[in-house]
Amino acid sequence: MTVPISWYLVLASVLFAIGTVGALTRRNGITIFLSIELMLNAVNLMILAYARLLGDQAGQVIVFFVLAVAAAEAAIGLALFIAVYRLRRTIDVNRLNLLRW
Amino acid sequence: MEVAIFSIFAFLAVAFAVVVVAHPHPVKSTMSMVVVLFCLAVLFVLLGAPFVAALQVLVYTGAILVLFLFVLMLLNIGRERATPSSQPAQRWVALIGAAFFAGFLGMLMWRTHGPDTLDALTPDYLSIHRLSWDLFTTWLLPFELVGLLLLVAVVAAYALARAPLPGEMSAPPGEATALQSLAANGERGNVEPEGAER
Repeated sequence: MTVPISWYLVLASVLFAIGTVGALTRRNGITIFLSIELMLNAVNLMILAYARLLGDQAGQVIVFFVLAVAAAEAAIGLALFIAVYRLRRTIDVNRLNLLRW
Repeated sequence: MEVAIFSIFAFLAVAFAVVVVAHPHPVKSTMSMVVVLFCLAVLFVLLGAPFVAALQVLVYTGAILVLFLFVLMLLNIGRERATPSSQPAQRWVALIGAAFFAGFLGMLMWRTHGPDTLDALTPDYLSIHRLSWDLFTTWLLPFELVGLLLLVAVVAAYALARAPLPGEMSAPPGEATALQSLAANGERGNVEPEGAER
């Protein structure tokens, strides 16, 4: 018996929700980043489930692109954190309030 | 069999995702993320995408998470310290937001009427040959653009993270740069000027 597609979609939704909670509650910049990666992966799972449902390999190609963009995003984001840390000695987002009104 | 594999790895993925989000120590969050990504790679194989699963393990756990660990090590970041201000409200807002997302997705699924059972995998869908053919013909332009994006990202990451050249960022004595004075005003003594730390 194969797994119904709705199970994959439910799992992806749950992972996405967990990632949302993490991105909104954590104060450590890098953990927020990890939560965003978690959300990206949930979306990847959903794309692959639909690609499998439709029998279309284009979904796999799109996930490939999402992976590449995630790699670029991680490189730049972490470089930004290093630059911020060099200036402020912290990456606690509650204390990075320079642009807050 | 397939249901059993799915159940085990879905449960592991959710459990370790909770650890990623809930653990106060960022290194342990990152290590839990490795487990989550491996579990998702197994599910990708189950979905008939072994190529993407291999990429997931190589690129995500092999490259991206190692980068995370390197930055954690470089910055020497320990446990998150609790700051009392605005915490409970933030948590509630986050929970409501997550519930909204999950509910929205659930409603979408509920309202979508399609086949729920998946057909057996066809060799056509599993074929790496076809996938790579598509990638280098139909998707050639996006592929090249992604390559360009990665190049730009490398240059940008280098430009952002490199150590400032002597005299480039540290202000001459007695005269702070605009950014540093802004930082000092906003933070009230939490910031040392760039020149003082080296």
